[in-house]
Amino acid sequence: MMERRLRRTSLYIPGTNPGMLANASVYGADSIILDLEDGVPVSEKDAARILVRNALRAIRYRGVEITVRVNALCTPFGKDDFEEIIPLAPDAIRLPKCESPEDVRQADALMSELESRNEIQPGTVQIIAITESASGGTKLSEIAAASPRIAALNYGAEDYTADIGAVRTKEGHELDDIRAKVIVAARIAGVQALDSVFGDVNDMDGLYAEAFRVRQLGFDGKSVIHPRQISVVHSAFTPSEKEIGFAERVMKAFHEAASRGAGVIALDGRMIDAPVVARAQKIIALAEAAGCLLIEG
Amino acid sequence: MPSDRRVTIMSMEKDSRKKFFFTGEQKDIPSIRKKREGGKIAATLEEAFRLAEVRDGMTISFHHHLRDGDLVVNMALDVLAKMGIRDLVLAPSALFPVHEDILRHVRSGVVRSIEGSVNGPVGRAASEGLFSSPVILRSHGGRARAMQSGELHVDIAVIGAPAADAMGNLSGISGPSACGSLGYAFTDAQYADRVIAVTDNLVSYPAVPFSIPQTLVDWVVPVERIGIPEKIVSGTLRVTRDPLRLIIARQVAKIVEESGLFLDGFSMQAGAGGISLAASAFIREKMKAAGIRGSFISGGITGQSVEMLEEGLFSSLLDVQSFDLEAVASLASNRNHAEMSASFYANTASKGCSVDMLDVAVLGATQVDLDFNVNVNTESDGILLHGVGGHMDTAAGAAMTVIVTPLFRGRMPMVVDRVLTVTTPGHTVDVVVTERGVAVNPQRKDLLENLRGKGIPLVEIGDLKKMAEELTGVPAAPLFGEKVIGIVEYRDGTIIDTIRQRI
Repeated sequence: MMERRLRRTSLYIPGTNPGMLANASVYGADSIILDLEDGVPVSEKDAARILVRNALRAIRYRGVEITVRVNALCTPFGKDDFEEIIPLAPDAIRLPKCESPEDVRQADALMSELESRNEIQPGTVQIIAITESASGGTKLSEIAAASPRIAALNYGAEDYTADIGAVRTKEGHELDDIRAKVIVAARIAGVQALDSVFGDVNDMDGLYAEAFRVRQLGFDGKSVIHPRQISVVHSAFTPSEKEIGFAERVMKAFHEAASRGAGVIALDGRMIDAPVVARAQKIIALAEAAGCLLIEG
Repeated sequence: MPSDRRVTIMSMEKDSRKKFFFTGEQKDIPSIRKKREGGKIAATLEEAFRLAEVRDGMTISFHHHLRDGDLVVNMALDVLAKMGIRDLVLAPSALFPVHEDILRHVRSGVVRSIEGSVNGPVGRAASEGLFSSPVILRSHGGRARAMQSGELHVDIAVIGAPAADAMGNLSGISGPSACGSLGYAFTDAQYADRVIAVTDNLVSYPAVPFSIPQTLVDWVVPVERIGIPEKIVSGTLRVTRDPLRLIIARQVAKIVEESGLFLDGFSMQAGAGGISLAASAFIREKMKAAGIRGSFISGGITGQSVEMLEEGLFSSLLDVQSFDLEAVASLASNRNHAEMSASFYANTASKGCSVDMLDVAVLGATQVDLDFNVNVNTESDGILLHGVGGHMDTAAGAAMTVIVTPLFRGRMPMVVDRVLTVTTPGHTVDVVVTERGVAVNPQRKDLLENLRGKGIPLVEIGDLKKMAEELTGVPAAPLFGEKVIGIVEYRDGTIIDTIRQRI
């Protein structure tokens, strides 16, 4: 199943901050992460859970994907998080410490039970898996395939780096391997690959460079920790005029071939196959989101 | 040939003849006497008040160019209290938190009422019913009009002057308490019966360049300090970094760009608040990108306005109030940075005011309602906390008036069914910009046409209210008593709204 939703940016919102919870959809990110996990101190876990639950009940978030980063089921907080949050059917949960397909299956089962109990179609709430260990990094394909709920693969840069014994650097080469693994596994499974945060909220140039680089590697988006990072990442994920032009021509050839009933799509005398069409579709979607192709409305 | 001319000789008394024919005696010309005796200097403020023949019940006026660093109002009231004067009417162009001391004089009977403006603690006291007669709230233009027409008759104007000479030439651009433009003080100097200048910077005669000429000033009182410099002018005002306010500001710039007014000769006025400053910054970027050369920025001038003048984005600045040190320095040195009086700025009874030449005004609000009426005087709890400023004037004159406000502040919606106080009437308000949507006044079909299909989140004003209430719920209405504690006067002198006592 091809995951189509745009997730160029995923903005972390601490679950303890009512002001930010109220305004989450205004900042312009594609996806929002209401955080119950690492952004919340242990002493506040229960307060955050209640606040986020109430926000999901009371606020009609418009035009964004709403996801909640719950605590892992292996922690004392995880089960309560699931029980309070799943009944409110956010678009997805972000599942940290996803190191094996079993972790996914366990969450899936609990979610199905909670959905049925609350008259929600089982399978409604998706999962974005966050892998944070060396071991998990070797099982990404299985994780991606462990449940139809899986919409995207993500990794936790800090924890992963610590686990493999590397040093976290600005250039980020210690993440080359996990990035490659995430992308490959995501593509095979037909889900999205999402990159981790860029911690320096004052370095917009560094952020742009990293976002541009990971887009080139094949990532579909990046997490951000401050609203002012959103527009920077969006520009990095905005296709160039050349890319858009080419994509438009590919789509035109595709539609033309389809209307003729032809099985082969040709452009400039060369054969265009499915992956190229898929990429062209993605580029058009990014271009639309960036407002490059303004549709009168 | 004998002449037919007849000369009629009027019979005149000896004294009356003195008035017609030069007798060679020295006439008592006050100015000559003053020059000989050291100008118009009065040793103390008390002496100046005595020379001005201050009496109970008089109207005393002040300008607010020294803002929250002003020491003049409190100084003057302390002196008047000591002199045993009572029942005064205060006519400030605006008040600041530093003027909370006025309340002491109100309670002791020195000050009877206030006409013109209130702020913070004084407004709150008014809402609580402290004053025996209602506070009259006027805009900058309205105050000038009222003084010109005589409706507001000022007996004595006290003008804090950052620089003054012994003959009463006054300026705001130099001295330790430099404040830049003395725009609001012009009206006081022009229409008050008597004018006392108070200065902490006596300069040698003549004080060129001067703003207010000696021909309007009666006495000059040198004092230790007229203001606290760091509270008069801030260092360079910073653009907000709040993501929500930046979203609103960006939207404003986009709207200006698509309004149909964004051409060479473009003019604008924006406040110095966080959102307005940011909006100006984004407009600045768009002007550079589009190669547009504007005609003027007017109103309160900031360092950012000065930079836009120096960058060639605008040909001139019309300054009625200088907000920071950059603005003061520019006024002093740049010929294209002009000082303007409150009358020039906004007085409908003048022969033309600058607000009528404005393309775009970006203004704030404490509340907006479904008819696009704007409240800037009372907060959501009904307490009178702010004066009018130039809001209703600028909104009336500008070709496009843009109101910026977050959709809710704290748990209070900013878009309501009906504002608690109508300061600026809805027919002068064109666009309301919040972080969640933009509402255009339906009477502006031309603007709606221009703004559609440009990626601007256009919604009905009613939808903005609904969005706010979804989050905040509908607040309980504040309770008011019968007593009218404030009268809001429109620019033309008519009463646009009243404010009642909060109970």
